[in-house]
Amino acid sequence: MLDIQHLKKYYATQKAVDDVSLRVRKGSIFGLLGPNGAGKSSLLRMVTGITMPDEGKILFDGEDFVLDKHSRHIGYMPEERGLYKKMKIGEQALYLAQLKGLSKTEALENIRYWFNKLDMHSWWNKKVEDLSKGMSQKLQFVTTVVHHPKLLILDEPFSGLDPVNSEVIKDEIHELANKGTTIIFSTHRMEQVEEICEEIALIHQGKVVLGGAVSEIKQRFKENLYQLQVDGEIQYAAAQYLQREGNQYTYKFQSEDESRGLLQYCLDQRLPIRSFHEILPTLNQIFIRQVEGEAARIFDTK
Amino acid sequence: MHKIWLIIKREYLTRVRKRSFLVTTLLIPLLMFGLIFSMIFLAARSEESQTIAVVDESGYFINKLDTVNKDYQFRYTQFAKGESNVDLMKRMDADILVRIFPFKGNHPDSVILYKEGSASLSVKEFIGGELTSIYQIKQMQDAGINKASIDSINASEISIKSFDLKNNKETHSEIASAIGYAMGFLIYMIIFIYGAGVMRGVMEEKTNRIAEVIVSSVKPFQLMMGKIIGIAFVGLTQFLLWMILMLSLQLLLPLLISDLREPMQVGMALSPDMESVQAMAENPSLSFYHAILDQNWTLIICCFLFYFLGGYLLYASMFAAVGSLVNEDPQEAQQLTIPITMPIIFGFIIMASTAKDPNSSLAVFGSLFPLTSPIVMLSRIPYGVPGWQLALSMILLIAGFILMTWLSAKIYRTGILLYGKKVTWREVFKWIRYS
Repeated sequence: MLDIQHLKKYYATQKAVDDVSLRVRKGSIFGLLGPNGAGKSSLLRMVTGITMPDEGKILFDGEDFVLDKHSRHIGYMPEERGLYKKMKIGEQALYLAQLKGLSKTEALENIRYWFNKLDMHSWWNKKVEDLSKGMSQKLQFVTTVVHHPKLLILDEPFSGLDPVNSEVIKDEIHELANKGTTIIFSTHRMEQVEEICEEIALIHQGKVVLGGAVSEIKQRFKENLYQLQVDGEIQYAAAQYLQREGNQYTYKFQSEDESRGLLQYCLDQRLPIRSFHEILPTLNQIFIRQVEGEAARIFDTK
Repeated sequence: MHKIWLIIKREYLTRVRKRSFLVTTLLIPLLMFGLIFSMIFLAARSEESQTIAVVDESGYFINKLDTVNKDYQFRYTQFAKGESNVDLMKRMDADILVRIFPFKGNHPDSVILYKEGSASLSVKEFIGGELTSIYQIKQMQDAGINKASIDSINASEISIKSFDLKNNKETHSEIASAIGYAMGFLIYMIIFIYGAGVMRGVMEEKTNRIAEVIVSSVKPFQLMMGKIIGIAFVGLTQFLLWMILMLSLQLLLPLLISDLREPMQVGMALSPDMESVQAMAENPSLSFYHAILDQNWTLIICCFLFYFLGGYLLYASMFAAVGSLVNEDPQEAQQLTIPITMPIIFGFIIMASTAKDPNSSLAVFGSLFPLTSPIVMLSRIPYGVPGWQLALSMILLIAGFILMTWLSAKIYRTGILLYGKKVTWREVFKWIRYS
């Protein structure tokens, strides 16, 4: 769907995007991660054609990206949201849809569909300045998807959303993905990525420092931690014992195979096993380990 | 092309539909009309004559002061015993008291004018002039010149008429200057009002953060030009409505002031009606009217439209660029607009001097230089401008507009996406050079 090759964007004082190559599969939900100021927004602005890269190539469905031709197929919700405050909601949605290249009838039809779906049909003649923050974000989302984009780019879509609307938007994102829309999802909030994304790339100081499928990355960075809950005392010396809370024990092994030894021990001792599972690192932990210094501090505060 | 049209439409409709548009469109002609009306009304009222009591101790002026001017009535009197100035004025029912003291060695010691509050300049000038001329006649008589010669000397006045060398028609510098000044001033206002409108529009889009959404659908240049053109249409619409309103209101004027036999609204009544033109030609006091109709109005109006559009477009893109640099703080906007407002004000100053001397080298420069030409050239046109200068000025204006729009677009493109950072001109020059 989207193929980014050796993209570079340098500003006077910094390398905002420094030789980034990415590939986003059609119909996937792709997570673009990184601390604030890592270059995510700069990258997305190039992908949406807002700015031109200094070097490198962007292929959209195998073709060189051209704003006039491809903007029709892209829905972009920037991190800095915005709408015309004094404009009526219906007119605004219509205007933005027409700017994307929809005809008036097409646009009206699509807007009605989305307004009904998200329970907004009574808003048509209200002005944006009369809406609550949550409501205007719903409107923002509608204006982003109203032209049925093939590629949906959401920059921090949940920032400032209340939990209810967050859930609504999340459901819509999943539904769109199921229908085949490719979604790029940019955020610095790792826990959201784990829930939503299949593949990710971590950007730090303009470079991709880590990329791949979420499950694969977790496997790659796991530390062979296992948690065991039994009714009784364990005295097992073959592995490193980390922690005990009541009857819950955490062990760290050298390799996966060693975990069998612990289970065997429990069976031998006839200890009733309540649970036994592997602890995979969260993306947050992986990234903190991966990105040291300044970036790590930023994550910790979140 | 279709997208830019959508933008123009939105910019136009959102502005025209606003209540403030309706209010200013209706209110400004009404205010102008009210101003003209009250000026005429006050002028008519001030014809009520003022009574001037004259106490002449020199004896030279008794019964000699003007009796033709209906604005002033002279009454000659003397002080009763122990009477004060106030008492005398009360007795004579006078508004003004003029005391002329005895002459010493052929010179009056002084003439003093008393009035409640301060006397107006026109009264002072009128009485001073009267006294001077009467005294001058007396002196000439004393020198032995007879009455008849004095009258003929006084009656001789040389008036100058000016003619255009080419068509041998009489030219009227006063009228040309007035029309030129009015045109230049109008353009000056337009550039400021609608240019600032463009700037506010850009600032709104930037601070509302809608700009980034829009430029993911259209090129920043399209957004900027759409806005500029949309607002130009708003300006034209407002103008047209003003014209219609003003013309219909001025038709009402003679109905409201019945004894306005002489047309007071010079410059507004431009009826090309042949009969009235002839009637005017017969009446020498209306040659003024005639002269206005004599102006080359087709040229003036065409040039007005050209320089209106050219000047507006040239400055609007600069205002857009500045608007894109501003972050919320309106004070910042004020600072950043200085480089734009300077040439406009400079143009206005040149224009003011052009109205008197339309062919000075400053005026010629000002009417060619694109940043000032919309204002200055219009003030020269009623005087007649050589064709090559007009052509060069227009070409330069178009070139200036293209160059400015190109530069502004570069600034605008970067500026609208830059949030929360104060921009210096140095950085702006970098954007121009490297993008």
